[in-house]
Amino acid sequence: MAACTVLVTPLLYVNKQSSLFYHKACNIHRQCVTKKISTSVSRCSSQADPQKKSRPHELVGVVGLEIHAQIQSNTKLFSGSKVGFSAPPNSLVSFFDASLPGTLPVLNRRCVEAAVMTALALNCTINKKSFFDRKHYFYADLPAGYQITQQRRAVAVDGQLAYSLLGGRKRNQIQSRTVRIKQIQLEQDSGKSLHDDQRSQTLIDLNRAGVGLMELVMEPDMSCGEQAAAAVRELQLVLQALGTCQGNMSEGQLRVDANVSVHRPGEELGVRTEVKNINSARFLSRAIDYEIQRQIEALGRGEAVLNETRTYDSKSGHTIPMRDKEGLADYRFMPEPNLPPLVVYEDRGSVPAGLLGAEGVVVLEGLREGLPELPSVKRARLVRSYGLLPEHSFTLVNEDGLMEYFEAVVKETRKEPRKLIGWVTNELLGHLKHHNLSVSKCPVSPSALAELLELQEAGHISSTVAKQVLGEMWRDPGRRAPEVVREQDLGLVCDSSDLQRVCQRVLDSHPDLVRALQEGNKKVLNRLMGLVQKETKGRADPVLVRSLLEEKTS
Amino acid sequence: MLSLTIKEVSLALREGKISPLELCRKCLKRIKKTQHLNAYITVTEELALKQAEEAESRLLQGSPKGILDGIPFAVKDNFCTENIRTTCASRMLKDFLPPYNATVVQKLLDQGAVLVGKTNMDEFAMGSGSTDGVFGPVRNPWSYAAPYREQSGAEDDSEWVITGGSSGGSGAAVTSLTSFLALGSDTGGSTRNPGALCGAVALKPTYGLLSRHGLIPLVNSMDVPGIVTRSTSDAAIVLEVLQGRDLKDSTTVQSPTSHAGFSEDFDVRNLCVGIPKEYHAPGLSQETLAQWSRLADLLEGAGARVREVSLPHTQHSIVCYHVLCCAEVASNMARFDGLEYGHRSTEDSSTDAMYAASRHEGFNAVVRGRILSGNFFLLQQNYERYFLKAQQVRRLIAEDFEHAFSAGVDVLLTPTTLSDAASYSHFIQEDNRTRSTQEDVFTQPANLAGTGRTPHGGTR
Repeated sequence: MAACTVLVTPLLYVNKQSSLFYHKACNIHRQCVTKKISTSVSRCSSQADPQKKSRPHELVGVVGLEIHAQIQSNTKLFSGSKVGFSAPPNSLVSFFDASLPGTLPVLNRRCVEAAVMTALALNCTINKKSFFDRKHYFYADLPAGYQITQQRRAVAVDGQLAYSLLGGRKRNQIQSRTVRIKQIQLEQDSGKSLHDDQRSQTLIDLNRAGVGLMELVMEPDMSCGEQAAAAVRELQLVLQALGTCQGNMSEGQLRVDANVSVHRPGEELGVRTEVKNINSARFLSRAIDYEIQRQIEALGRGEAVLNETRTYDSKSGHTIPMRDKEGLADYRFMPEPNLPPLVVYEDRGSVPAGLLGAEGVVVLEGLREGLPELPSVKRARLVRSYGLLPEHSFTLVNEDGLMEYFEAVVKETRKEPRKLIGWVTNELLGHLKHHNLSVSKCPVSPSALAELLELQEAGHISSTVAKQVLGEMWRDPGRRAPEVVREQDLGLVCDSSDLQRVCQRVLDSHPDLVRALQEGNKKVLNRLMGLVQKETKGRADPVLVRSLLEEKTS
Repeated sequence: MLSLTIKEVSLALREGKISPLELCRKCLKRIKKTQHLNAYITVTEELALKQAEEAESRLLQGSPKGILDGIPFAVKDNFCTENIRTTCASRMLKDFLPPYNATVVQKLLDQGAVLVGKTNMDEFAMGSGSTDGVFGPVRNPWSYAAPYREQSGAEDDSEWVITGGSSGGSGAAVTSLTSFLALGSDTGGSTRNPGALCGAVALKPTYGLLSRHGLIPLVNSMDVPGIVTRSTSDAAIVLEVLQGRDLKDSTTVQSPTSHAGFSEDFDVRNLCVGIPKEYHAPGLSQETLAQWSRLADLLEGAGARVREVSLPHTQHSIVCYHVLCCAEVASNMARFDGLEYGHRSTEDSSTDAMYAASRHEGFNAVVRGRILSGNFFLLQQNYERYFLKAQQVRRLIAEDFEHAFSAGVDVLLTPTTLSDAASYSHFIQEDNRTRSTQEDVFTQPANLAGTGRTPHGGTR
């Protein structure tokens, strides 16, 4: 690694004339470069951790996020047209969405509730009165020439999100962090434009125009890609639990832009860049880390970091400056005159007499009471109820449907939850990942898995065999464990006399090992056991084999 | 027949003295005869006759929808009418066919009223003369009345007078007897001004009483649909039909009281009339001043309490209005880019170029000027100094009215216009902005405050 570092650094100082050399050499050493970047910032957790020693002159990353979450609702934020995906172009567009003259916005109550519930789950202060504003700019996917948003006062402010990172060598050390939520505001989504360069034209689809968005701003409390990705992952889980947003980044339901800068701890913040076009949590982490490194290296070369917008190119892993289409955009914000202030009431008692029972009234009390179990609470409950380790609860809650699967298995088996968790989080999940399946598509049902584990728990098969049987059941869904075991004769051999014979045979054919064991080398026992298992095709009861061997060699 | 009020003609229809079809045909004929007034942009002859026929069969069966069943009406061309050209007197919307009806239009149609046409106006309601639309200026019907022709001494009609604006076509339609009622819009006086200059009753309802859904906006926070009729009880009838909360317009409120019981024997002795002293504005003609005093004396003589009041911030009103109007205009006009509807330029070198060309070709200089001014006021560096300041002044102006009304005054009596209707040749000597600044001085404070107003004292 050290050699690699030495080679790389001079290359970075090569001037433009030798760019060809630089590029070629860079490719050769790309592995090195990538490794260098990842190791130096994967220690970001320690850099930001005050308890660890950090070198005071080292530049560290400062990351904030601007997140747009599409509200899960039947209709759009200000009009009654349906919200849908993959619908034929321009088939979900109302007169208002198309900005036909004379049409007026009508606020969708469900969208307000979604924003308020999200704010409550993130411990925000709800502004009892907030306002709508127009943000003006001309673009083909913005029919009215302005977006209705909340600039003066958002519906919620000052919240926080607690998230965790799995760290350590075995990724089983939990590091808890929080990030402050600056505000949550309601706003309209724009339409989509598709550029047809062949015919020199742009096609506009307004299906998405006017869909409700929650814009969440996370303060720059993060210092690297891993933290940002973890925070976003936790936010996804919260939104999905609430049902306010489906949170799928690749489908554009959750869009994340990163604000990245670097500075020396204790000094003032550096110039920040905005990184856009990130379609997954993985890319988010990479993009941020790349950008931090790029800024550090630029400053190292004596260059300045520009306040610009950059786009992430997933192929190269780099961020590239965007054509400055906005530049010094002045959005000419103006209050939206067609919408009265958005008022949210604390409880039914504070609602004015004439409005009680009216459609548009949003009451906090009811929403607070109706909040579902949030991920953090779920995880704590799992640890408490089932005696699981925190990292297990993480995996269960992180994977959509896995917790429910696990709980279903627990119900149907005598096996202790602590003992069967590994089967779910390692074996089953491993299969799912390998075949790129979600839990909902799992070919092995919870009761089928429970049945298999019962066999193992009762001692009819060894755990090695059980894994093998699971594989069989996976390949051939519908086949139950007992069937497979019977067919392939995989049952544990417990017959003492059979085993005795096998053990004796093994011992007889390996006198050197016997001698070593008798001389006190305990490790040899495992080898002998392995040989016995090989003979019995893994079907020997390990406990019995061990005692037999010990007996015979004592 | 055509000069009757709604109340009178409605009775005549129900009594069988005239049929809806006959009435409709008479109006359509008169429209053709008064074409030189240029009051209509679109005459909906076929539709009107069809609606009249339906009204007729209802009346024959003895089941009219209401007092407006079978009554011909006209609508200013900035109200959306389904599948009927709605232009706002602009090249931008020259061939625009809305796919829906404005709420107030729908309400009238639901009552069985018969739509005879869309009336002419200043482009996008910007103006106080109805002289700046792409279909040409509207002529005041009184230009052709004998007394005026004698007075002007002109041999031909070269000295014809304007209707005022921006709802001039609606004012002319009602006073030229081609329709019994017309809808206008009022943002700074645009219904009251032509109402006064044409000699009609014009009502600007309180903001929020009538739905603006389908009214192509000028200033969203000040626009109201206006009602033009030939008598005050007609205006009350129409107001009753049109008012009410509309779910499609979030700025509407439910009216607390009903106006249907418009009593004919209202006792003036219960009335306290306020005369705002600040309305003695420069440029107020002798004749208008005389009429104002005469009316005040009339009321006092009948037993009303008449006293002077003060609306101290009146002098700032016109500038405040101008800033807010331009800002909202700049915003509201941003949607006109030729992409989804409206005029699209043949310029296609880039999207931006297409936008700029379409908007330049589609809007007249008045509209373009207000857009540029509005964008200037809304720039971040200017927002506080202009827009925010104007909103604060606006609140003071609204409070002026509140103080007057809470101090025991029931109504305010003011002039509507500075003077009589000007001749077109005189009016166009100054530009649109100058004229608007001059002419709106009495009317726009009410728009800033949102109060209801109706002008009296015409030019008969």
